[in-house]
Amino acid sequence: MSYEIIGISVLWIFLYGYLIVASIDFGAGFFAYYAKITKHDHIMNQLISRYLSPVWEVTNVFFVFFFVGVVGFFPEAAYYYGSALLVPASIAIILLAIRGSFYAFENYGSKQSSIYMFLYGATGLLIPASLSIALTLSEGGFIVEQNGVVSLQYLELFTSPYAWSVVFLAIVSVLYISAAFLTFYASRANDKPALNLVRKYALFWSVPTIIASLTTFIALSQHNERHFEAMLDLWWMFGLSVGFFMIAIWLIYEKKYFGIAFISVMLQFFFAFFGYGKGHLPYILDPYITISDGVTNDSMAIALIAAFIGGLLLLIPSLILLMKLFLFNADYVKGKRD
Amino acid sequence: MDTVLIARLITAMTLGFHIIFATIGVGVPLMISLAELIGIKKNDPHYLMLARRWTRGFVITVAIGVVTGTAIGLQLSLVWPNFMQVAGNVISLPLFMEVFAFFFEAIFLGMYLYTWDRFKKPITHWLLSLPVIIGGGFSAIFITTVNAFMNTPDGFTTEDGTFTAVNPIEAMLNPATPSKVFHVLSSAYLTCAALLAAIAAFMILKKKVTDQGVAYHKKALKLTLTVTFIFASVNLLSGDISAKFLANHQEEKLAAAEWHFETENNADLILFGWLDEDNEPAGEIRIPGALSFLAHSDFSSEVTGLEEFPENERPPLWIHYMFDLMVVIGMILAAIPLLYFIVTKIKNWNAHHKLMLSLIAVCGPLAFLAIEFGWILAEVGRQPWIIRGYMRVEEAATSSEYIGLMFFLFLGLYIVLGTLCVITLRKMFRNNPAEEELEKQYPTIEKGDIE
Repeated sequence: MSYEIIGISVLWIFLYGYLIVASIDFGAGFFAYYAKITKHDHIMNQLISRYLSPVWEVTNVFFVFFFVGVVGFFPEAAYYYGSALLVPASIAIILLAIRGSFYAFENYGSKQSSIYMFLYGATGLLIPASLSIALTLSEGGFIVEQNGVVSLQYLELFTSPYAWSVVFLAIVSVLYISAAFLTFYASRANDKPALNLVRKYALFWSVPTIIASLTTFIALSQHNERHFEAMLDLWWMFGLSVGFFMIAIWLIYEKKYFGIAFISVMLQFFFAFFGYGKGHLPYILDPYITISDGVTNDSMAIALIAAFIGGLLLLIPSLILLMKLFLFNADYVKGKRD
Repeated sequence: MDTVLIARLITAMTLGFHIIFATIGVGVPLMISLAELIGIKKNDPHYLMLARRWTRGFVITVAIGVVTGTAIGLQLSLVWPNFMQVAGNVISLPLFMEVFAFFFEAIFLGMYLYTWDRFKKPITHWLLSLPVIIGGGFSAIFITTVNAFMNTPDGFTTEDGTFTAVNPIEAMLNPATPSKVFHVLSSAYLTCAALLAAIAAFMILKKKVTDQGVAYHKKALKLTLTVTFIFASVNLLSGDISAKFLANHQEEKLAAAEWHFETENNADLILFGWLDEDNEPAGEIRIPGALSFLAHSDFSSEVTGLEEFPENERPPLWIHYMFDLMVVIGMILAAIPLLYFIVTKIKNWNAHHKLMLSLIAVCGPLAFLAIEFGWILAEVGRQPWIIRGYMRVEEAATSSEYIGLMFFLFLGLYIVLGTLCVITLRKMFRNNPAEEELEKQYPTIEKGDIE
């Protein structure tokens, strides 16, 4: 396998990892705020903060890992995306900064500030929307290079049905993934009231998620026919995705095997995300960067892959330890230890 | 509007803000770990409480360190896209490894925070602090190699403006790396020890504390000042090594910092002073031959002057003030803890006299100022280059017209974060003094019992 394929696969896996862990985090922030204004906060907040507190920092690293990796494997991408994304990415940075630091202010510092809670919940929906713009741009047509100046076509972007459907898909998926995870977590904690609440959320948000997936698919066929055709050739991946979606919803509806239900949600997004990504190739930015001409030199690619393997040998045991101590520790999840 | 200037200002502002929290992120875990270890070994609740309270404040600063670190990571590509396109081929390995080190630190910090009373043996919990120290230290090391590369690029050849035949390891281990890493680490540990010493001194100064509280803060003071003194000494050594490195590899930076214009043997060291209309130093203190000694450990050695460099490749001369301020503070930070320990040894002298405590309290902010000055010296001293000898700053910056707007957006963000950080930390500690918490956590403790 060539270096660029290894590189893009590694990055895509990390982006997928971010998609899952960040969705749980972003959605939880929104649900926590929603529970507060609907006066259900006493049911929800313990559960959410018990999961989030030890991992919020880890979530952020997945994202940093992805963009540092992109620049490392594909320095050309740094030039195009860096030039075009100055404004939207700066806004995303600010939203991330508000969210991350306010979480700490709220949870470790002063207790119970409604403003922090609101900002935490609101940024949880705005960040996925702003980050999804980068994926929209990669389809081409929004970034233009003229006389050596790379610029973003804001008017095209804001009037594009495809861009809006991606934003909508990002937001509803976040809420759906998060609710599915919290359902599983509440069942582990044996917390019946919370389970009832988040189970309803999961069932509710599954409907717009599957609708948005379809509309995005259709909008893509209008925007980038090449990519759409490539995805049709990968029909089986999307078929598996829909299959796992139905398994997840059925299990949640039947109130059983919530763990398997969440794994099905993960697999649903896994196949959709990798099908989308595989269909995108060979372009990283249509039509300016393909993975073969944008890739870094061989010696750096080898060094990055070596560093990646070394890093994983360190991280995987650490992550397993983290999960054993918090996620899969029955006493901790039930709140018997602080 | 000068986009290059604004690009520089945005980066300077973000980094200037970030390094305060990054320094805390590297140094404070070491202090927390030391306090917890002493507490476990001596079975002394005071030290255990120190570790807990330091950790609680630390989390707030880590949060700001993480978000501003994310900001600078993305800004590298947003503000300097041309730089990343070219240099990304050479520096992505250390950037990548830095993220790994940070990842490692983040995982174990979460565990450390939430497992205080979960293990049968307290030492198990203490062990979790080690990966936090290691992760923080290594992320500093890796990111410093990137900066070192920009000062003394190595490990590649160039072909039509792109870097080819890249050896990433050689690029990381470029000539500037050892001295920079040594100086960055020693000053981070020094600064955090000085910060915590300043807090302890300030608390004793306030005098409102009960006996119980005073015993606690005095122990904190002794521990932190010991570490301050050790790292201040190490830091002077690492600073000297850095100066000798500049004399050999980055002569124009040392020459500009020292207002050393003509190449000569037995060069004088210039302290303080200002530049008159003819760009000649005035009001300065001259130490004969000291610059030669500083540069090559030999009073008669030759030191290259600024005249050897073309005018458009010289750093600005105002970095001299940064150099002076940094060095003077570095010496103060060694002298004051030393004074404290001398005073404690002299009979009938009070080491907790108001004056002594005030001096210690000033050391904390001074140490952070020295970090900022030293960093400005290092960065502005490599102007006009972004990659010294290969790419000038104006070739690297974005051409986007929105860059000015982004400056104010980020300025606003840092003002909000900085203010809320101070408010949150004050609330956290003011309403919950150490003595109350000690009694709550260790009900068996008797007032004034533990000395």
